[in-house]
Parts: sequence; structure tokens; C-alpha cells
Amino acid sequence: MGLLDQKFDNSNIIITTMDDLLNWARLSSIWGMQFGLACCAIEMMATGASHYDLDRFGTFFRASPRQSDVMIVAGTVTLKMASRIKTLYDQMSEPRYVLSMGSCSNCGGPYWEHGYHVLKGVDRVIPVDVYVPGCPPRPEALMEGLLKLQEKIRANSSVRTKSA
Amino acid sequence: MIPSEITELLTARFGPAVLESKLDGVIDPWVKIAPDRIRDVAIFLRDDRTQFDTLMCLTGMDYTGGKLGVVYHLASTTLGHKITLKVDATIENPHVQSVEAVWKTANWHEREAYDMIGIVFDGHPDLRRMLCPYDWEGHPLRKDYQVPEYYNGMKVPY
Repeated sequence: MGLLDQKFDNSNIIITTMDDLLNWARLSSIWGMQFGLACCAIEMMATGASHYDLDRFGTFFRASPRQSDVMIVAGTVTLKMASRIKTLYDQMSEPRYVLSMGSCSNCGGPYWEHGYHVLKGVDRVIPVDVYVPGCPPRPEALMEGLLKLQEKIRANSSVRTKSA
Repeated sequence: MIPSEITELLTARFGPAVLESKLDGVIDPWVKIAPDRIRDVAIFLRDDRTQFDTLMCLTGMDYTGGKLGVVYHLASTTLGHKITLKVDATIENPHVQSVEAVWKTANWHEREAYDMIGIVFDGHPDLRRMLCPYDWEGHPLRKDYQVPEYYNGMKVPY
């Protein structure tokens, strides 16, 4: 199934399922929460800047967790920050997703062996949907992670789950 | 002033508080001071002829074997010379006089030394942890530090 906006050929009426409509609306405008912690945040800013543009995917960064769909955890997660991350994740409204960007938030990164204050992977405190490897991942890698998240949202079935 | 002149000035004024010195190394000629006189030495070095008005860095050290220490790097912006002071402490008695009243930058440097090495600075107005969370146990940069298994329900080691 392609994007819904390609189905308008000569009339203004399309027939589709509620699932497809909701999923298309959600994946075309994923509003991310600014959560840059460390060096991956710089790459995230570079991805959002003009050369590799994130705005063409409908993504722009919101400061408040209540207004965002995805939390891109970019950077090293320390134990001091981990309890705050949990609080912010709980404050996001559903449907919410987490994209873990970079080695440090995937698995602890270069600090896995001797880091006494590093949380070895943000999935120890919140559930993660997409992992983007790299140290830091290139902007194209982050965009691929976002596209994978879009595929995951496309396969979502919100209507069927509610009635089940 | 060259370091040997500064050392002579200190020995003439403070006598037994100046413990030893090494002025002919490749870098950083240093003078060792007793830990309970370091504030008087600091006030003298800042206000008298030497005019050390800048504390460039204050570092906590863990020399293995139960020995801790503090290293002060001083510089003078007016006269253009530098000196290094060293103070020794032990794990059983980690108390050193605070120089926070002399150079205000020592406020955060001493908090970091307390957090990481565990040296207690007497006379510091706000000695609490800075980099680690407030309920952290242990001093991470000591050589015999063991990583805790769990912190607030999160597993720490890989």
C-alpha cells in the first residue's frame, strides 16, 4: 500500500481502512522529542539541518514530552539521567515510540567495560522500538532508523487491538 | 621568581610545614606542604610578594597503598610564574584544609576531589557530591573501587 495521498487520481473520495488512515497520519508526522545527551545529539542536529533534512519526513523536534511521538535517545545515558528518562517516557502520551541512537544508548557503547556510571543500554529502563548502531551513526543511518520506525507504525493495528 | 626562590621564601616563613620539594624534574617543580597548614601557605602565596592569584587546577590523587593526595597548580597573572604544591593524606585520615576561601575556583575543584577520591576538605562551605548522584556510595576514582551491582534497581555492570 502506498501513501494515501497518491490515491487521489480524479476524484476527491478514497476508500480505505481506518488502520491505514491512522497509521499513515501517524507515520507521516512523527514529532520527535529533543533528547540529545552527548555527541549523537550533534549528529541528530546535523540530520535535522538543511543538508540531510528531517523536516521532509514530517519530523521536527518538540521540547515537551507531551507533544511528541518518538523520543530519540541520542547519547550516553548515565545512571543519574536514567531516572529522569523514565519520568519523561512516562509523561509521553501514547502512541509513543523510542529510537535508541548510537552505541551508548544501545548497549553502553565504548564505556561498556569500565564505565561505573553509565547505563549499559537505555533499554534497561524504557522499552526501545528501533536501535540505530553507530558511534555516532551517520545522518543517513538515523534516517534509515526513522524509516524503519515508519514501517513499524505502518504495521500497527490500533483499531483491531481496541476491539479485541 | 624562580621556583627555588619561592621555596626559600616558604621555608623561611613556614619552616616545618614545608616537608620536601623537587625542583629539578623535567616538568612541574613541586613543593610538599603539611595538610593542616595549606590554607596559611595559600594566603601567603596569594597576598605576599609571589602574588599567585590564580589556582589553575586542584586535583585529587590516589597513589596506591592507602595514600591519597592533592596537587595544586598555581599561577601568577601579574608576575608570570608558576608553582605546584602537593599535600599528602591517607585513607584513614583523608582530611585536608580547604583553600576555598583563598581562591573561589577551589569550590568546585574540591567538590570533585571529594566525589571522586574521597578527600574531605575542612572548612569547605558546601562539600557534597558533584558528578555522581547524591546517594552514590563509594569514591569511583580510587584504585580499589568496585563497581556496584545495582543502583536504584538498574543493573550497572555490562
